[in-house]
Amino acid sequence: MVETVWLFLGLLAILTAASAIATMLTWKNTRNGDVLPATLANLNARIKAWWIMVGAISIAFLFGKGGVILLFAFVSFAALREYVTLTHTRRGDHWILLGMFLVIIPVQYYLLWIEWYGLFAIFVPVYCFLAMPALTAISGDTARFLERVSEQQWGIMLSVYCLSHVPALLTLAIPGFAGKGLLLIAFLIATVQGSDVLQYVFGKLLGRHKVAPRISPSKTWEGLIGGIVSASLLGAALSWLTPFTPVQAGPMAGFACIMGFFGGLVASAIKRDRGVKDWGHMIEGHGGMLDRADSLVFAAPVFFHMVRYFWT
Amino acid sequence: MVLAGLARAITGVRPIWQGSAPQGGQRIYFANHASHGDFILLSTCLPPQERERTRAVAGADYWRRNRIRHVLARDLLNTVLVERNWIERSQDPMVIMLDALKDGHSLIIFPEGTRNMTEEPLLRFRSGIYNLALARPDVELIPCWIENMSRVLPKGAFLPVPLLCRVIFGAPVGLEPDEDRHAFLARSRQALLDLSPERQRELDHG
Repeated sequence: MVETVWLFLGLLAILTAASAIATMLTWKNTRNGDVLPATLANLNARIKAWWIMVGAISIAFLFGKGGVILLFAFVSFAALREYVTLTHTRRGDHWILLGMFLVIIPVQYYLLWIEWYGLFAIFVPVYCFLAMPALTAISGDTARFLERVSEQQWGIMLSVYCLSHVPALLTLAIPGFAGKGLLLIAFLIATVQGSDVLQYVFGKLLGRHKVAPRISPSKTWEGLIGGIVSASLLGAALSWLTPFTPVQAGPMAGFACIMGFFGGLVASAIKRDRGVKDWGHMIEGHGGMLDRADSLVFAAPVFFHMVRYFWT
Repeated sequence: MVLAGLARAITGVRPIWQGSAPQGGQRIYFANHASHGDFILLSTCLPPQERERTRAVAGADYWRRNRIRHVLARDLLNTVLVERNWIERSQDPMVIMLDALKDGHSLIIFPEGTRNMTEEPLLRFRSGIYNLALARPDVELIPCWIENMSRVLPKGAFLPVPLLCRVIFGAPVGLEPDEDRHAFLARSRQALLDLSPERQRELDHG
């Protein structure tokens, strides 16, 4: 596919440019023997991690549907692990927790593989929703029952159900777009992650007024608006990856990015509640898997259903 | 090696060297104990060379109870087995541990003496750690707080739940001149407890 080649050449160019700028800034800041400023060290780590993430996604794309499903099953695993680590668990929850990793993740992604949409859509919100508290009750430990059960439900919804809607884009039968589902995934990831980066850049350059100072000091109105508008433009420019016209692609991207912003906000609220700065340390410079995926968690299901409603 | 890889894959374990460096002389690592995974997790955090020569001290009465356990403990985990029961024991645990130290091994000990199944963060220490400190003042005693392993593999569980773990290594604790057994046990226990995340949070806030 010609589009895929252009997409990866484009990503390669952007990452190369980012690396070149960062290298130049590093050289400029340290040539007099000065210590590298923390922001710049973090920027270097982030760009390095971006190379690895884009590499991983590219490899998954080479393997097609199976590769992407496996990649996101792994993302779900890492995200759920970070999430559960921060929750309150008791000894009686051992089997439920095992089931979340060993049953729910494989089943949810297997349903995608066989494209059984009906069960894919309700497996977590109906069956797991009811089975998990039932099994917790059978274990007999009622201490902080409601809290434990709710935390488990949230973890599964966020890290497994919502995230699995990214590869689910492959299963949509869009007229005139057969076999190009991977490109739609690339569109979603590129605009949502691009919006994260652009919000960070606009926030650093122009940020004055904080959106939610008690939750996240780094989220500003200037960053938010600049990031969403520029990511929408990016989306319109990438409409050749999608079944949308440029006029449709812009708002679709913008909507996904607004959801992504809320995802980041909710994730920050959870982290603040638990007294941690990052979800984990898996991705150098970014924090954990959820620090990178939080925006996709909120954007993916909404984007999926909008495409499903309007284009199929 | 395989076990270390497995432990890393499941728990993504990270060592936090806070008060001591990864490389050093011969050492005794002492840690909180709530899971069979504890010493595998701890040794996973050590640099490969140190891991090679480090052996865990475990209860013979538990690990010799049947053949499978015995083979596991002796050949796979390479533990130093000591008998915990005062009355029935045939060999003095101190002699066995000091022999292992004499052979150049570093040791991992769990001074609580058993897996902690209570809601308390740390049980009272047994006196073995004091006797070791008295007999070998040249060997550093390093407190190591193992975080989350009791949730990954609680007592009685067979399959581990993947959760992120950390091992926090503190500054060495040595026997002071004229320090008696009680004072040393309390002080070394406090040194370990101070590394726990709950205590660290309290210390941070005042």
